[in-house]
Amino acid sequence: MSDPALPDGVERRSFDGETRLATRGPPVYGEPTDGEWRAWDPERSKLGGMFELGVDTGLTGGETVVYLGAAAGTTVSHVADFAGPTYAVEFAPRPTRELLDAAAPRPRLFPLLKDARKPDTYAHVVEADVDAIVQDVATRGQATVAVRNARFLADDGRLVLSVKARSEDVTADPETVFDDVVSTLEEAYEVLDTARLDRFHEDHLGVVATPR
Amino acid sequence: MSDTDAGSGPDDDRDAGWFRGLRSEADDADTAHERIAAGEAATPRDWPRLAVDSGFAESASAYYDRLHEATTQATREAVRERERADDKQLIHTVRAMDDCERVANELAERAAEWAGSLFEETDAGLAGARAVAEREPSGDLERRAVSVSARAVDLADERDALSATIERIAPAVAPNLAAMAGPELAARLIALAGGLEPLAKKPSGTVQVLGAEDALFAHLSGRAPSPKHGIIYTHEFVRGTRPADRGSAARALAGKLTLAARVDHYAGEYREQLHADLRDRMEAIGARAEADE
Ligand SMILES: C[S@@+](CC[C@H](N)C(=O)[O-])C[C@H]1O[C@@H](n2cnc3c(N)ncnc32)[C@H](O)[C@@H]1O
Repeated sequence: MSDPALPDGVERRSFDGETRLATRGPPVYGEPTDGEWRAWDPERSKLGGMFELGVDTGLTGGETVVYLGAAAGTTVSHVADFAGPTYAVEFAPRPTRELLDAAAPRPRLFPLLKDARKPDTYAHVVEADVDAIVQDVATRGQATVAVRNARFLADDGRLVLSVKARSEDVTADPETVFDDVVSTLEEAYEVLDTARLDRFHEDHLGVVATPR
Repeated sequence: MSDTDAGSGPDDDRDAGWFRGLRSEADDADTAHERIAAGEAATPRDWPRLAVDSGFAESASAYYDRLHEATTQATREAVRERERADDKQLIHTVRAMDDCERVANELAERAAEWAGSLFEETDAGLAGARAVAEREPSGDLERRAVSVSARAVDLADERDALSATIERIAPAVAPNLAAMAGPELAARLIALAGGLEPLAKKPSGTVQVLGAEDALFAHLSGRAPSPKHGIIYTHEFVRGTRPADRGSAARALAGKLTLAARVDHYAGEYREQLHADLRDRMEAIGARAEADE
C-alpha cells in the first residue's frame, strides 16, 4: 500500500478490521498493536492528523529530526520509529518522565529537558542541518519558537508545525491568529502549505515550511 | 584524549559540543550529564562528525549510542532534581529571601548613618552602603563601618540570588500558578498557605485575602470593612484595574489562582486553557471599564 504523502516506515494497516496509520516500534500509550506494528492515533497527534489528512509534509523516512514540545512522547515515539536520529525537546518535568520511558527502547531518540524558546541551551547537543523540525508546543509565541529554532534546519529542510489558535488568543478568530502566525514565520521560512486540522484537532493549523 | 575538536580555541568551552574533552571510555559520565544540562552554544554544528574527528567516538553510530545514553541519564537526573524542588524548598527560599532583604536594608541604614559621621558625603540605604563598601578605610573605626556596609551589600546580593532561584524552581513546583502569578507571588501564596496542598484546598475567597490576615481579623471583630484582597494585590491584574473594579478583578484572579494551584497539586502539568480563561475574564473587566468611560 503505497501512499505518496506517507514517509517510509509509516503505513496504513488494519487493526481489528479498521484501517489505521501505523509505525513499527514498542507501544507507548496503550495503542493497539499487531505484531511489530502499532496504531498511530490521529486524534492524539497533530502530525498523525496531518498524515491522515494527506498533507504533504516532505518527510520521507530516515531523516534527522528535532521535535519541539515532545510531552510524554506520544507523537515523537512514532517519529523515532520511521525517522533517523530524533532530538526530543520538552520543558515540563512530569511528561518528560514518560518521555524517558518512550526513549528507553529507541536508541536514536534523544530526550532533552529544555525550553524551546532558548535554543542556545541545547545547540551544544542538537546537531546542525537537520532534515526536519516538527513542532507542537501549544503555548503563546508558537511562531517565534519556530523562527528561533530555524538555525538547526538544513537549507532544504522542512518545518512541520502545528499551531493551536487558542494558545495565542482565545478571543480572536482562529483565522486571524493563523494569519499572524504565518506572517511571523515568514521572517525565517517560506510557507509551502497550510491545512486546517479541525477534523482531528479543533482550531489547529498545520503548516509545512522551508527555510528562506 | 583530544582537545582539538570543533576547530575552536582550546579554552573556548562556550560554543563547543557537549562531549568536548571527554574521553571515549564511558567514565566521564557525571561531566557529560552536567554538560548536557548546563552547557550552551549559540550555533549548532555537525556534532556527530566533530565527535568522530576528535576521537570521542569511532563512528557516527557509536556517537549516537553515547548520545542516547548521555541524554537519557542527564534528562532523568534533571527531572529528578526539578521534582526534588518541592513546595517546602520553595517556602524556605522565599522566607530566606525576605529575611535577607529586611536585614540588608536595616544593616544598610545603620551602615550609611554610621558612615555619614565618618566620611564627608554618603547616600542613604543600600545605594549608600554600596558606595561605602568600596572605600579604602583608614583606622579601625572606618574599617568596621566599611566592613558592615560590605555585609549589607552581601546580604542584598544573596537576596537577588535567592530571587533567581525562585524564578527557576517555582515553575517546576507549580507551573500554572507560577505562570499566572509570576514566580515570586506564587512562592508567597504557597508560603502563606503553608504548602501547595493546603493552598489547593483553600476556597478561593480565602486565597483572595491571603496575606491580609490582620485586616480580616479586624473585620471579623467588627472593626473594619472586609478586605477585598491580600497579597494578590501585587498582581498587575488587580493593581492595574481601576479602583471600582478591583474587588471583582481580585475575585476573578483568586478564582483562577485557586484552580491553578489545584491543577498543579493534582495534575502537575501546564494547562494553557486556564491562562486563556483568565485573560478572557480580565479583558471583560477591562472592556466594562472602557464602556463606562
Ligand atoms: C500539545 S502538547 C504536545 C503533545 C505532543 N506533541 C504529542 O503529540 O505527543 C505541548 C507540549 O509542549 C510543551 N511546551 C510548551 N512550551 C514549551 C517550550 N517553550 N519548550 C518546550 N516544551 C514546551 C508543553 O509542556 C507540552 O508538553
